Amino acid sequence: MRSPAAVGYDGARVGQGSCGKGDGTWARSGRGARRVNNLVFTALVGASSLVAGFLGSLTGLGGGVVIVPLLALAFGVDVRYAIGASLISVIATSSGAAAAFVKEGFSNIRIGMFLEIATTLGAIVGASLAAVLSTSVIAVVFGLVLVYSAFLSSRPRDEVAPAAAQDPLAALLRFDGAFPGPAGPRPYKVQRVPAGFGLMAVAGGLSGLLGIGSGAVKVLAMDHTMRIPFKVSTTTSNFMIGVTAAASAGVYLSRGYIDPGLAMPVMLGVLAGSTVGARVLVGARTVVLRRVFALVILVLAVEMIYNGFSGRL
Amino acid sequence: MARPWSDFRIEQTVGNLLRNGVIAAAAVVAAGAVVFLVRHGAEPPHYGMFRGEPSDLRHVGGIVADARAGSARGLIQLGLLLLIATPVARVAFSVVGFALEGDRVYVAVTLVVLAVLLFSLAGGHL
Repeated sequence: MRSPAAVGYDGARVGQGSCGKGDGTWARSGRGARRVNNLVFTALVGASSLVAGFLGSLTGLGGGVVIVPLLALAFGVDVRYAIGASLISVIATSSGAAAAFVKEGFSNIRIGMFLEIATTLGAIVGASLAAVLSTSVIAVVFGLVLVYSAFLSSRPRDEVAPAAAQDPLAALLRFDGAFPGPAGPRPYKVQRVPAGFGLMAVAGGLSGLLGIGSGAVKVLAMDHTMRIPFKVSTTTSNFMIGVTAAASAGVYLSRGYIDPGLAMPVMLGVLAGSTVGARVLVGARTVVLRRVFALVILVLAVEMIYNGFSGRL
Repeated sequence: MARPWSDFRIEQTVGNLLRNGVIAAAAVVAAGAVVFLVRHGAEPPHYGMFRGEPSDLRHVGGIVADARAGSARGLIQLGLLLLIATPVARVAFSVVGFALEGDRVYVAVTLVVLAVLLFSLAGGHL
């Protein structure tokens, strides 16, 4: 783990044009500022993103959730640039992982496509809110979502018993399906579609506001509310994350949140890390690792909330 | 090739589309990264204060123009644009897939999602 104070840089390019008020952003956070160049910065951010992507994929929590706190707290990057870069990495890992899962027949394209109406609309609302809210508020909301993610990941996911009754809406939308199991295809029926749809809109909103995949809220919607078996919900949610993030990305791009120099090492690092992580995952014992990663997330959550309330982010 | 379009076949094609899109995007970003670090590696980064990107890096036309002009940041941004376009292309393909299956409900559902995505990429927000 990198200590938050280990790296810093002087964010001020004095006399470089449009910024009227001069420097001081970095000094404001009170951490030791050390001037590094783009080469060193890219290498450090790339290496950190690689580790984040690796752990995120190994634990199933996604790398995106630690990218924003990492960039904001350890590298002194403005929260808006950080969520832009994080969102890009979310699209990369989601599309990469979805490619594998879709082919294995676990994800349900119909459920995914229908719920994407909710997540993409939510994402545009969230991404638009990101432009209005102060970065302190965003940091606090981010911290709360991190706490919830850490809580969820510290508990084992229990498989809900398949229900006999069926939501008529699910039948109309042809949601019910089967997924490959050890003893042949296992059928499932989908419950409470409207409630799930509403929760997915919230998940999309958080994704757009915070630049994350918000897998934790999607689990709540798909596993607990709609009662989709978790193999199907995990892979379908992964499949949807890329589309949801693409909806926010359009807003971020036009607002100037996506900086190529910053997004580049984050995207390549997370992508490489998660690809390796997915290979290692088969047969790896991840219980201890999940706990450790959950603890890291909790610490980052406290830092985000603290810095948000004290106005440092 | 008179094979009917099934969910399975759509899923296989979508899987390939996603993978190739990500690989292509990563390749363009990596190429841009080399140019960026060679030209600007010694300069200090400047992400501590939010200024927003210059207007040409905020929309499709400007990004393509910058990349063609050989700008390193433009080239990376073009790769990121390819990445963003990958899930959009997936949705567009799904419209065709569901149409070939004759599933009108899902053609409509998918068209709504595509419309939301295109609205966002065209610079729309609330």
